[in-house]
Amino acid sequence: MTGVVLEIAWRTVSMAVLATLVMLPPGIALAWVLARRRFPGRALLETLVSLPLVMPPVATGLMLIWLFGRRGPVGGLLARLGTDVLFTWRAIVIAMAVMGLPLLVRAARAGFEQVDRRYEEIAATLGASPIRVFLTISLPLAKRGVLAGALLGFSRALGEFGATIMVAGALPSTRTIAVAIYSYTETGQDAAAAIMLAVSASIAFGALFLSNRIAAS
Amino acid sequence: MSVAITLDFVLRQGDFTLELRERVDARVVALFGPSGSGKTSVLEAIAGLRTPDRGVIRIGPRILYSSEDRVHVPPHERNVGYVPQDLALFPHMNVRRNILYGVGSSQDDGQATTLDQILSLLELHPLLNRQVGDLSGGERQRVAMARALSTSPLLLVLDEPLTGLDQGLRARVLPYLERIRDELSTPMVYVSHDASEVRALADWVVELDGGRAIRSGPELG
Repeated sequence: MTGVVLEIAWRTVSMAVLATLVMLPPGIALAWVLARRRFPGRALLETLVSLPLVMPPVATGLMLIWLFGRRGPVGGLLARLGTDVLFTWRAIVIAMAVMGLPLLVRAARAGFEQVDRRYEEIAATLGASPIRVFLTISLPLAKRGVLAGALLGFSRALGEFGATIMVAGALPSTRTIAVAIYSYTETGQDAAAAIMLAVSASIAFGALFLSNRIAAS
Repeated sequence: MSVAITLDFVLRQGDFTLELRERVDARVVALFGPSGSGKTSVLEAIAGLRTPDRGVIRIGPRILYSSEDRVHVPPHERNVGYVPQDLALFPHMNVRRNILYGVGSSQDDGQATTLDQILSLLELHPLLNRQVGDLSGGERQRVAMARALSTSPLLLVLDEPLTGLDQGLRARVLPYLERIRDELSTPMVYVSHDASEVRALADWVVELDGGRAIRSGPELG
C-alpha cells in the first residue's frame, strides 16, 4: 500500500510541478497583455482565459479530448510524430495546466497592474527596449503576484479531477491523488481513500500556506 | 554649449490643448507657469512618452518627432534624460543599480569617465550601496539626476526638481544643477513655477498659461 500511495503522491506532485512550468510562459504573457495592452478582442481573450474556471471541469476535459485525440487537430499532428497524448502522463500535465492557467493569469495580472507605469516609462527613456523593460522592471516588480499565481495554479493542478479523469482515465499508470480517492471510494477501499485524503490535504495545505505568505510579504 | 530646440507642436488631451511654436537657442530653457499650464506635457512629449497630434520636435540636428515626415522616435531611442517630478527611482534596485541602469543600453566609449565625473559632481560616491528607500529628499534628487545623465543624453529634461524640498535643501541642490549646466554642458529644459530658480538657472524662459506660450524671451518678464 505504502508503495502505491507514494507512487501516486509523487506522480501528482511532479505532474503538477510540470504543469506549472508549462503554464508559466503563456500565463505571464497573457497576464501582461491583459494588464497593459488595449486591443480589439481583449474582452474576448479575457473571457476565454477564464472559461475553465467556470465551466464544469469535465466539459473542459471533453474539449481537450477533441483537441488531443488521435483524430483531433493537435492530437492528430502529434500522433503522426509518434506521440500519444490521451491516457498518458502528458494528458495529466495538459489537463492540469489548462485548469490552473486562469488562476495564474488572474493573480499575475493583478501583479502587473500594480506596477507603476512611471517606472516602465523612465526605464524606456534610459534606453531600455520594451523587452528589457519587461524583464528588468515589470516582471521583478510584479514578482509577488506572479509567484502567488504560480502557487495558486499549482494548487489547482494538484487537486484537478474532472478534466484529468476525462483525458487520462483512472489507469494505475495515470492515477493522481484526486482520481485515486474517487476510485478507492467507488470500490469500497475506504482506508486507502482516507490515506489519500490525508496526503492530499497536507500537500494542499502546504501550497496554500506558502501562497498566502508570499501574498502577504 | 547652447543647442537649437524646436518645440512646434499641438497636443490634445481631453479638453486641454497644448500648442507651442518655439524655436530657441539656449543652454537652459525654463518652462515657467502655474500648475495645469501644460509644462509636464511638454517634457513628456520631448521624452517620447506622449505623442503630439501634429508638429515637430527637434533637438539640435535630431528630429525626434515630425508629423509631416512621419517620424516618431520611440522613447528608448531618443536619448533624452528625464527627471520626473516624482523621480521614479526603481524601488527594487539600490542607488548604484539605479544610476547604472541606462549605461548598458548605449554604446559610448567615453562613458566611464563621464560617469565618474557625474558621480563626483553630484557627490554620490558615498551613497552607491544605499537602498533607495533610505535616501533623504535631496539625495533622491541627486540620484535621479545622475541616472538621467548616465546615458550622456542629448538633452536633460527636469520636472520641478526643487519642488518638495525645503528652503535649506533647495539651496543645496540648486548648485548641483548649475554644475550640470556649466561642467557637463548638458542642455536642459527645466520646468518650474518658482521665479528665483528660473533666474538662477535659465538663459531662456518660456512662460506658459492654459497650454500656450504667453511670453518667450531671455529674461523672466
